[in-house]
Amino acid sequence: MRGEKLVLIFAAGGLFGMGLAISGMTDPARVIGFLNVFGAWDPALLFVMAGAVGVYGTGMLILRRVKNQNPQLPSGRSSPIDRQLVIGATIFGVGWGLGGFCPGPALANLGALRVEALLFVPAMAIGMFLAQRFFGADR
Amino acid sequence: MDHYTLWHALVGGILIGLASLLATVLSGKIPGISGVFGRLLVAATPDKTWRTVYLFGLISGATLSFALWQSAALFRPLRPLAVMAIAGLLVGFGTRLGGGCTSGHGVCGVGMGTKDSIAATLIFMVTAIVTVFIYNRAVL
Repeated sequence: MRGEKLVLIFAAGGLFGMGLAISGMTDPARVIGFLNVFGAWDPALLFVMAGAVGVYGTGMLILRRVKNQNPQLPSGRSSPIDRQLVIGATIFGVGWGLGGFCPGPALANLGALRVEALLFVPAMAIGMFLAQRFFGADR
Repeated sequence: MDHYTLWHALVGGILIGLASLLATVLSGKIPGISGVFGRLLVAATPDKTWRTVYLFGLISGATLSFALWQSAALFRPLRPLAVMAIAGLLVGFGTRLGGGCTSGHGVCGVGMGTKDSIAATLIFMVTAIVTVFIYNRAVL
């Protein structure tokens, strides 16, 4: 990728970061509040997911119609629901509930030099490296 | 834009969906953040440029929003730093092992109705809810 496409991908990243910040997903208390189903539940993340999933799902349906011969779109075919997926998603869920950060929001907080993110992101990179190096994790 | 409402949640979500759509068209890949970032750590990954630019855009967009809107700048860390470090390790390991995070599986995969992503999303949602439940009772 080069030239104007790189400018566009920067803009896409910018929109993503703005979406995270505006929706409050960069605030760990908001995320943990959503996960706290048996306490003072905060429904915000449900609205974030509804907006994001709705737009992405509809957009992909339209794009596949418009350019249905285009090999540039990912297939959207399911990989097998195997042990790696189940164990990986479980470990991710535990980490998400512990910290209130998933990868996007953690990265988004780097620019503000928030110490939680400055600690979380390198730890996350180590975890990713280990999974990729020793479990060949590249679904 | 100073007072946070559920409209902020919905508008932010729509932006995330649009951004993911644009990144999908540009890259030809499912642009989940854990995959975009994780593959930067693999020497053999050929297309590191757009991944790096996308993540710089993400950080820039968030940082700009923090400066523009008080509701976006709200940041309330609830956990001690040691817990954050352990959480980071688990999130990194788990997302790469499971092939995605909240964006790749949760937004893109669920949006396309992909079975493995729906399964992964249900699993990490439930385990995260259980983790918060246990943490709130055992630690707090």
